Amino acid sequence: MNAFFSAETLQICFVSLKTSAAAIVAASALGIPVALWSSGHDFAGRGALVTAFNTLTALPSVFVGVLLYSLLSRSAPLGSLELLYTWPAMSLGQTILAFPLIVSLSVAALNRTDVRLRKEMIALGVGRWHMGWILVKEARFGVLAAVVAAFGRVFTEVGSALMLGGNIRHATRTMTTTIAMETSKGNFELGLGLGFLLLGVALAINIGFHRLQEAKT
Amino acid sequence: MRLNGMRFYRVSVVAGLVLVAQLFCASASAQTLRLATTTSTDNSGLLEFLLPGFERQCGCRVDVIAVGTGKALRLGENGDVDVLLVHDPLREKAFVEAGHGRYRRYVMYNDFVLLGPAEDPAGVRKSRNAAAAFSAIAGARAVFVSRGDESGTHAKEKSMWRAASVAPGGDWYRETGQGMGATIQVADQMRGYTLADRGTFLAMRDKLGLQILLSGDPRLHNPYGVIPVLNKAISQQGATLAQSFAAWITGADAQSRIASFKKYGQVLFHPAGGKGLPPRADDDS
Repeated sequence: MNAFFSAETLQICFVSLKTSAAAIVAASALGIPVALWSSGHDFAGRGALVTAFNTLTALPSVFVGVLLYSLLSRSAPLGSLELLYTWPAMSLGQTILAFPLIVSLSVAALNRTDVRLRKEMIALGVGRWHMGWILVKEARFGVLAAVVAAFGRVFTEVGSALMLGGNIRHATRTMTTTIAMETSKGNFELGLGLGFLLLGVALAINIGFHRLQEAKT
Repeated sequence: MRLNGMRFYRVSVVAGLVLVAQLFCASASAQTLRLATTTSTDNSGLLEFLLPGFERQCGCRVDVIAVGTGKALRLGENGDVDVLLVHDPLREKAFVEAGHGRYRRYVMYNDFVLLGPAEDPAGVRKSRNAAAAFSAIAGARAVFVSRGDESGTHAKEKSMWRAASVAPGGDWYRETGQGMGATIQVADQMRGYTLADRGTFLAMRDKLGLQILLSGDPRLHNPYGVIPVLNKAISQQGATLAQSFAAWITGADAQSRIASFKKYGQVLFHPAGGKGLPPRADDDS
């Protein structure tokens, strides 16, 4: 890419957005139920599990990249899926990065809800899924904050996107991999411009999340 | 509140549908050829200039993965790419001999240049050849910035230290482990020497204080080869496309396109017409 104001810049934004959006949807769909489950009742090793998720929030993205490469390479166990160097591969990497963050922060949010609420619902015989939904609604600020934080993490990561996507033009080139590439070519102005654009997009999305938090009160 | 909830619900459904549609596009895309190549061919703009011609001819899309030659060979070995365009004749030969590549054809060449600061503390400009220049740098313990990434350029640099009978090391020898562009920038900031391919240097010249201090030694020849990867993990379609790509890029049309590709009025790559190994493939021997 040679120009900042071009259709290609828009396309790169779109690739970044769809990759991170899919990852956040998947990680939330998996992570919030896990958070509900591990905050809901006491069981042996609960502390250890929560500590494990807290630790995994520090998972290095380059490590996730090389780990998934070693599984998705054509000569590796999952090679026949033909996922390497596609955007779903990048999404998968980002899902792994987002999942522990969503679990860990959602557990913290759910633990802050009133214990009596749970007890009352159990006494009233409220179904498990319905109860989960009510609890998430009760803790929505914290849970949405978890989703926002996870989005921030995956939208701005470059290590696994570069390794799993390959920075292929018109296909897997994201905002962060473009910044890395343009900077390595010495196009610092373009790299800076794209960096500010990325911040702008993140701001727009956070405004959206904020309105969602407000809307549900 | 209800209105906002409904709107959120609708937006989520639409976004979900878009994502699912995209997933299907990713799996059912048209024929693609996966090419692993060096940062020098990609960053110089050569591939952007050449590839549309092949894409029209084959009715396919070429996905370019620009990495160092070492990583490109490794991706080929694992069957993750269908064809390679790289520049390390010795390792390319070994790659084909080990049964990872169908054959190797000589595509084009340019040359490496020794870059350094204008004040030239090691006196490289006065050296009679490249080997003497490398031993002058080591002798003066002047800062030398190495790619350090097993790329083709790194391989050439190591062969030059061998030619100069120097085992580089110590605080004057800095390895970046990064691509050509990034390494040139580090050398520029440190006012050190570095070995670079002419194409990448020309593409960045306006932003640099570094200059070409030595070039033209036959040892600094930089030949690029094309190798269709041989691996049972590669689809029949990928293997066929890889071979037509190798035939196309060494054919008359693409070769004359390569010769016409210029930057700052200079030709960056010279066509080599698809012969076997380049004349000075084995300057180590």
